[in-house]
Amino acid sequence: MSKRIDVSDLNVYYSKFRAVEDVNIKIDAKSVTAFIGPSGCGKSTFLRTLNRMHEVIPGATVEGKVLLDGDNLYDAGVDPVTVRSQIGMVFQRPNPFPTMSIRDNVLAGVKLNARRIGKSDADDLVESSLRGANLWNEVKDRLDKPGSGLSGGQQQRLCIARTIAVKPQVILMDEPCSALDPISTLAIEDLINEMKNDYTVVIVTHNMQQAARVSDKTAFFNIAGTGKPGKLIEFDETATIFNNPSVKATEDYVSGRFG
Amino acid sequence: MTTNALTKPGGSGRTGDKVFSTASMAAGILILVTLFAVALFLFLQAIPAFTADPAEVSGGKGFLSYIWPIVIGTVIAAAIAIVLATPVGLGVALFISHYAPRRLAAPLGYVIDLLAAIPSVIYGIWGYLVLAPVLVPGYEWLNANLGFIPLFGGPVSQTGKTMLTAGIVLAVMVLPIITSLSREIFLQTPGLHEEAALALGATRWEMIRMSVLPFARAGIISAVMLGLGRALGETMAVALVLSTGNLIPSLIKSGNQTIAAEIALNFPEAFGLRMSELIAAGLVLFIITLAVNMVARWIISRHQEFSGAN
Ligand SMILES: Nc1ncnc2c1ncn2[C@@H]1O[C@H](COP(=O)(O)OP(=O)(O)OP(=O)(O)O)[C@@H](O)[C@H]1O
Ligand SMILES: [Mg+2]
Repeated sequence: MSKRIDVSDLNVYYSKFRAVEDVNIKIDAKSVTAFIGPSGCGKSTFLRTLNRMHEVIPGATVEGKVLLDGDNLYDAGVDPVTVRSQIGMVFQRPNPFPTMSIRDNVLAGVKLNARRIGKSDADDLVESSLRGANLWNEVKDRLDKPGSGLSGGQQQRLCIARTIAVKPQVILMDEPCSALDPISTLAIEDLINEMKNDYTVVIVTHNMQQAARVSDKTAFFNIAGTGKPGKLIEFDETATIFNNPSVKATEDYVSGRFG
Repeated sequence: MTTNALTKPGGSGRTGDKVFSTASMAAGILILVTLFAVALFLFLQAIPAFTADPAEVSGGKGFLSYIWPIVIGTVIAAAIAIVLATPVGLGVALFISHYAPRRLAAPLGYVIDLLAAIPSVIYGIWGYLVLAPVLVPGYEWLNANLGFIPLFGGPVSQTGKTMLTAGIVLAVMVLPIITSLSREIFLQTPGLHEEAALALGATRWEMIRMSVLPFARAGIISAVMLGLGRALGETMAVALVLSTGNLIPSLIKSGNQTIAAEIALNFPEAFGLRMSELIAAGLVLFIITLAVNMVARWIISRHQEFSGAN
């Protein structure tokens, strides 16, 4: 139950400003793909087009195709709500719902669209999702406490649990560790490694070691200058990108000789 | 002799802090003193009404039986106003903050804010001249179809100057308060939480229920309570719109009275004991509003742990 993503000729706009230009990329099912590149090159923007979160911003538009196992997310009849329930997202800053308990946070997505779930099914789902996010042991005694009372790293894992509870096909993560300490970061990286058994994972990161540690393939994005659109420069096996890239800019970036 | 390098000579850098904290402390105390002085004044002036021979109080049966019908009237008028204005106000606020296209949202919000600037006399005149006559056929219909409910008992007032009309005018008056306050709060919902809901596959309404409304709950309660405070204390509109009388269950017959309107209508000619009665009525209104505010605080604080603040 994980799907592949094929992007063709994707252009992304904020009103008139083209933030991302002509991206073509094939993201395999059950793999971890990392997006790297300098700040402002459009990684987040591009990532958000993969589950139609981009259009939430007023004036934001997308041209081109994003196929989820062959079905275009941007076809006329497609409801973004359906898209987002199949392609989950974890954000840079942990954002559990502050007014909900830990348990309700995990179930938040499951209870949407008027779906009903019995008490014992719900309990099982809460436990399996929290275990899946490596958080169960830390919170099992306080499931009824607010999610906002957890540490940053725990909150982020709660957000991951909330995302996997709806059993999506794909999980998008935008710098999920950038607000976390090294220990929590490692916990999440371990988690990502396990997650690829079940999900297609796409992660944006500024941390090269992280990209090297967790991803199978890496995409390098770059920008020609301020006001110019970001482009996909190179996309290959992670080992190739880091050790033997074919584009000079990639080599400069991954070796830290950038700019 | 050792000197601590961290102690500043003179400490002059703190002067600003000191001035500010003294000033804000003074302001706080001033408010408390004013509040207390008002309460004390009301209480002292009201004593004769409590101690007078029951036969001499208006109505001839003592202060309690004088006051309770108008307390009930006050509460009913305010309740009608809040029941009508809260859903409409929250709906309009949500529409402006989360549904309306931007080009529409800003002017609409502006118009609502303007409504709040209309003086209450104007609302009173409008209610008296325009709204009351228009409502009469509606009241006839209510009486004909739901007349078995005491609330809609006949005979219907032919001028339309009834409790329900007063309640509706009050609702229109508190609507901008509820709308503009809750709109401000809805707009402050962190984008983070809205996106969290949307990314899980929430529809817009589900997103509002998951992130906007919980975040805004304390603010909504305050907005409604502020509206309630205004409705309870509102004088001119009720004085103009309501054709007063004894306490009756029907909302569409002439009758009933509110404290604020009772005071406003009778104060100019009042002296002696009558004056004390009216001041005592004012004291009762003061206590009711205070209680409303305290209940609101309590409701808000009960949910602190789960509030959006942490
Ligand atoms: N809401 C927005 N409205 C208008 N322009 C935006 C918006 N968000 C981002 N941009 C612009 O789009 C471009 C790409 O931004 P984006 O956030 O995708 O970069 P990024 O690669 O994720 O950067 P970072 O690594 O710093 O997160 C930037 O030029 C940015 O200024
Ligand atoms: Mg980004």
